[in-house]
Amino acid sequence: MELFYSLLPELIRMVVCAVCGAVIVFGNALVMGYAERKLAGHIMYRPGPMEVGFHGILQLVIDGLKLMGKQLVIPKNADKPLFMLAPLLAFAPVFVPMLVIPFSDKIQGFDLDVGLLLILAFASINVLAILIGGWSSNNKYSLFGAIRSVAQNVAYEIPMLISLLAIVFMTNTFSLKEIAAAQSPVWFVVIQPLAFLIYIVAMVAETNRAPFDLPEAESELTAGFHTEYSGMSFSLFVLGEYANMFIVCSVATVFFLGGSSGIPLPYFEYTGIVWFLLKVYALMFFLVWIRWTYPRTRFDQLMNFCWKYLIPFSLVNLLLTVVLVKLI
Amino acid sequence: MIVFEYVAEALFLGFVALTFMGGFMAIRSKMLMHAVLGLAVSLLGVAGLYFHLGSPFLAMMQILIYVGAVCIIIVLGVMIGNTPDQLAAKKQSRKNLPLALFTCALGFIGLFVAIISRTTFTAASDKIGDMSIRFVGENLLYQYCLAFELISVVLLTAIIGAIILARDGREEKTS
Repeated sequence: MELFYSLLPELIRMVVCAVCGAVIVFGNALVMGYAERKLAGHIMYRPGPMEVGFHGILQLVIDGLKLMGKQLVIPKNADKPLFMLAPLLAFAPVFVPMLVIPFSDKIQGFDLDVGLLLILAFASINVLAILIGGWSSNNKYSLFGAIRSVAQNVAYEIPMLISLLAIVFMTNTFSLKEIAAAQSPVWFVVIQPLAFLIYIVAMVAETNRAPFDLPEAESELTAGFHTEYSGMSFSLFVLGEYANMFIVCSVATVFFLGGSSGIPLPYFEYTGIVWFLLKVYALMFFLVWIRWTYPRTRFDQLMNFCWKYLIPFSLVNLLLTVVLVKLI
Repeated sequence: MIVFEYVAEALFLGFVALTFMGGFMAIRSKMLMHAVLGLAVSLLGVAGLYFHLGSPFLAMMQILIYVGAVCIIIVLGVMIGNTPDQLAAKKQSRKNLPLALFTCALGFIGLFVAIISRTTFTAASDKIGDMSIRFVGENLLYQYCLAFELISVVLLTAIIGAIILARDGREEKTS
């Protein structure tokens, strides 16, 4: 019994972390779903959702209920177990990175010394889910989308990692908390502008969003890898996509935009989280903005851009960083 | 403290079961997709074992590397392998089964003997506790430097081979 009482704070902490992670995933999907539709509307000179609640603010709640009520259609020739597994595999791993993101210097689930690797490892499972979903649908368009997604994600993972490695070399740690703390006088976006640019491009490609949304290119592939998915299994893919956006934007904030640093607000000890979320949602706004502004790239352009420009530039950047860190 | 030991033991057995289950899936299924996914499950179990041994770094790298690798093998399989319809129509011959079993057994026993004979099994209490990134990096670049460099030479050869194979581009050869 004594052991149990000594463990109680840690157990409560674990439960709180898990609940907070779930709240972030679902809350973020609600906010971003509404924001994306509203912003898309205004970019196209139309009001967006207006009917449900004040300026359509409850639209996503209603939509969620509708999606839950829909029938789950499984194609006759689909590989049933894998078809059901894919949306879960796209959705379940996004909870883990939430545990290591430092929302402020005091609000963080666990400070692992391999925090960055944990995030990248669990974010990379998304591509496997897309591939399984596209293959098991037994549909040409789905398979095309899935294969495009693999080529794109595997290629863009390299410049993403290398641009982050430059920062790791400067700070000598993989712990997200220490990296965020290391940029107290100047943010790394000032010292490493090239790495920041490369990361932003790779981030858009990794989350499969326009202008790099070739896996679901609706003008060529119907809906790409999720053509055959309906109802809740489709919305699990969408939830996973929004959570992944949140994760990559958080990593960008921690690595380049100073994490939770900012002007301290009066009467509030945990002001960091306000600044952190402001920066993350500014980046997310940027993602939505370019999605509805730029046309989709062609696939060969996308691959050439990665292999011929992003990877060499990120390698040069890494090399320069290593030399400069050694010299100084 | 006894509770933790039971939990650790249960986790260890779970990871071992996952590894074996994945391996079994990989050899039992006819479709390449299922076989490779079995491989993925098996590698996930190995990642869990690394975690159990106190090296989260290796576990994370295992997941990070092998998810991409598994995806690429599946894509290759989709491009060159049989479709489910073709598999159903084809009668698989078992002529080479003894040969395959013999080769696998030979490889397994060879590796097993080679590894077992070189390993000194230290008691858990005598182990060096440090399995951090620094420790792994120093070992790779001092003690196992030659092996590390040789692996990169193998990868370089593979890259050059791929470039040579793909150099002619997509146009049909007119020779």
